[in-house]
Amino acid sequence: MAQLELVHPAPVERTGLQPRADHDVIAQIVADGARVLDVGCGDGALMRMLIKECSASVRGLDIDPAKVHRCVSRGLSVVQGDAERDLEQFPSAAFDYIIFSHALMKLHDPAAVLRTAARVGERVIVSINNAGHWRPRLRMIFQGKLARWTDDAPCTVRDFAGLARDMRMSVERAVPISRGHTGAPFARTLWRANWFAEQAVFVLAP
Amino acid sequence: MIHTGGAAAKLQAAGGVRSLSFDKTSPLQLQSGETLAPLTIAFETYGALNHDRTNAVLVCHALAGDQFVASPNPVTGRPAWWPRIVGPGRPIDTNRFFVVCANTLGGSMGSTGPGSIAPDGQPYGLRLPAITIGDTMRAQAMLVEALGIESLFLVIGPGLGGMQALNWASAYPRRVFACATVAAAAKQSAQNIAFAELGRQAIMADPDWRNGAYLTHGVRPTRGVGVARTAAQIAGLSASEVRARCDGARSKERFGFTVENDSGLARPNQAGYVDRFDANSYLYLSRAMDGFDLASDFGGRLSNAFQSAATRHGVFAFSSDWRYPVEESREIARALIGAGAEASYIEIESDNGHDAYLGEEPAFEAALTGFIDAAATARGLALQAGAR
Repeated sequence: MAQLELVHPAPVERTGLQPRADHDVIAQIVADGARVLDVGCGDGALMRMLIKECSASVRGLDIDPAKVHRCVSRGLSVVQGDAERDLEQFPSAAFDYIIFSHALMKLHDPAAVLRTAARVGERVIVSINNAGHWRPRLRMIFQGKLARWTDDAPCTVRDFAGLARDMRMSVERAVPISRGHTGAPFARTLWRANWFAEQAVFVLAP
Repeated sequence: MIHTGGAAAKLQAAGGVRSLSFDKTSPLQLQSGETLAPLTIAFETYGALNHDRTNAVLVCHALAGDQFVASPNPVTGRPAWWPRIVGPGRPIDTNRFFVVCANTLGGSMGSTGPGSIAPDGQPYGLRLPAITIGDTMRAQAMLVEALGIESLFLVIGPGLGGMQALNWASAYPRRVFACATVAAAAKQSAQNIAFAELGRQAIMADPDWRNGAYLTHGVRPTRGVGVARTAAQIAGLSASEVRARCDGARSKERFGFTVENDSGLARPNQAGYVDRFDANSYLYLSRAMDGFDLASDFGGRLSNAFQSAATRHGVFAFSSDWRYPVEESREIARALIGAGAEASYIEIESDNGHDAYLGEEPAFEAALTGFIDAAATARGLALQAGAR
């Protein structure tokens, strides 16, 4: 079972839009000057954060032309493409980190893409919304409704830990996030994190 | 402004067309094994080279283009062909960059081509050796060197020019900081080869072609060139535009479908094509494009063509382009990814077919500006620094 490590980030100076909580965590994890591929980079918010705070060499991949257009117009190196087909084009060990920030569970075959990512990058960072949090669980039980705050396939912390184990990838670090901040109440074990983390960021090593 | 580094190069200007001439001491070695000398490359420049000579941009024109990318052609009076992209305050800002555009080898606007006078005093005609895209690039390289430019900040081009730009990035990765490929391909498609063959057959079937020696006979195969032009023009439209014209013609008269007579959709960039474009140039350049397959020089794997990965790439494709469909640009993007190159690839939503690159496409301009500005920052070229 994965060991959970609580990370207490130093306050980050914020300008403009509030960054996503998982972006803060990822920016803490990524080493300075690292080579990073952001899969499903969206409008490039995380890419710019990593360039600014980690001096990282960041590339992006996204399927949405409008989002790629925004990225390229802002000077980011982004390729319009489909992770399920185009990630395998990258040479092996081309990056230090492959990042899926709330992107992996939007794919048809997350396991296959994760395997490719493990070949292309030294580390794979995945952030997910935790469908095992008590709120969606109770909503499911009492209202019979799935969570509406996510458009990816539902995945819990334990689901993802199990996926990593099945793929023989070790979870180097798992960071729970709740209420927009690192950490979650009682989240010292995976079992508890699965109840109390709203999101989680995993660092996988092949 | 012009630093004629090569001792053999001689600067000339006639009728508003500037050119550099290389004498027999610096021949161009062609891929066919033959050599070409003397050699003339006509070109135009905009803006000024900075002190460090780091702000040079080479624009490579398309098959029907010329070196007058940002100013009217003094010979034909045709307006600048890419005024939305090259000029003061445009994505390729001439206040910031030194822009060089050369008439391609084999062209008909001053550079050595089949219409040029051979050493024996007669026009080359079909006696000009066959040329390849690589040959046209090496001719551009001779010009760039003669202008005293060791490395280019950017090489950019649409169609034929995009092929040349890719070739530059592959052949001289250390001399090209950034490469932008617009509506082009790394290999000429079978459809394009077929269209070009149609155009070539039309030219050669014209009795005024005179086996390629029409210049010595004082005639021009204008009807053949007209058909070649229509073939190229149709391929430059989007499928929906072709359909719209066909429908429009059908409603008027029974056998009235002609693209060129449809004044409602006629494009200003193609006005004067027949008079201006040399039939034999079309034969030579279309053949060069047909033979273009960058991967074949690298064991059939396109990503091998970009192995040194020193150049930043921007690949721009238009959704309705059926001359160079997005799939072909996607192949370039995949190859660049595979080579580990820093690359951006974007498909621009447009209804204007291949010729979209010439028109008003704000999304294309914004993306190109972002790509160029980011590359300029990485190159240490300050924003709006201008020439020193």
